[in-house]
Amino acid sequence: MENSIYLDEARDPLIIAEGWMKDGKDVAIATVVETWGSAPRPVGSHLVIDAEGNFHGSVSGGCVEGAVVTEAVDVIDSGKAKMLEFGVADETAWQVGLSCGGRIKVYVERLG
Amino acid sequence: MDPYALKTLNAERRARRAVILVTDLGDGRDRIVREGDQVAGELGAAIAKAFRSGNSGSVEAEGRTFFLNAYLPQPRLVVIGAVHISQALAPMAKIAGYPVEIVDPRTAFATADRFPDVALHAEWPEDILKRQPLDSYTALAAVTHDPKIDDFALKAALDANCFYVGALGSRKTHAKRVERLLALGATADQIARIHAPIGLDIGAASPAEIAVAILAQAIQAFRLRGLESTASARKSESILEKHDA
Repeated sequence: MENSIYLDEARDPLIIAEGWMKDGKDVAIATVVETWGSAPRPVGSHLVIDAEGNFHGSVSGGCVEGAVVTEAVDVIDSGKAKMLEFGVADETAWQVGLSCGGRIKVYVERLG
Repeated sequence: MDPYALKTLNAERRARRAVILVTDLGDGRDRIVREGDQVAGELGAAIAKAFRSGNSGSVEAEGRTFFLNAYLPQPRLVVIGAVHISQALAPMAKIAGYPVEIVDPRTAFATADRFPDVALHAEWPEDILKRQPLDSYTALAAVTHDPKIDDFALKAALDANCFYVGALGSRKTHAKRVERLLALGATADQIARIHAPIGLDIGAASPAEIAVAILAQAIQAFRLRGLESTASARKSESILEKHDA
């Protein structure tokens, strides 16, 4: 992949989250805080979600985004942050499909 | 996340400045730490390490768990001089993960034919650096041998605190350059940051080998930034005097 020296404003999750916030939307930010094994996205990666379930960015190769979005909508409602864990050892995670063999921990918090 | 923290984070990232978002995973509180901000204790040590490595991760400190998300600008290399060395340096640096831009007002040198797939500016450093300023996540290598082209860029690189500043030429050439830079208003401390003769001392002879020496020295400067004592100790071992026109 080409390394750009400037932010890709149209695709950068945190820039999009700020735009949503300015539009008055409720937003959750999910962040990969830990990985084990062959995780597809590095620690620090973001997925941003609005209250309607629209999202940008990624925390995995597309394996667990659906589950994170569902949890994020809850986090937006309650305002309480959640730590989610996905991996092969976890039956639910297996169902949502982190089949690459890695495990990841994702912190989901509301913006504001 | 605090909305103000998000705004600050994005503003700093747009300006190509390094920041770390520190989140207390216990209560969810967060704050932005800029490079150079003083943070005490174990947390401070972990923050300093994250600024150097660019790696994000969790840290236990003061009986709490913090997540440090490091946002570092993409480091890049600006080469003054569309010369033979630059033809080898541009693809090598790109492979190593440092996007390259080449500046040379001499249109006979700065041709797309000689530099395919590289951002090339056939103009004076004075003009391009006004539009695209240097910063502390930029390395600058001045390799034209022509003071009219190199000097302004070198002074600009020192003022912008580029993480690496290298200049081609022998010690004798550099001594004259030092005089000119002093006249331009550079301080002795600034001038001491210039790597000249340029490149790690690997006995490089050909233009491509000199490109390797320059790239290795720039990477060393990037990876050891903030560890000045180590860097200067290593710098004193670095001599590349063979190439002098």
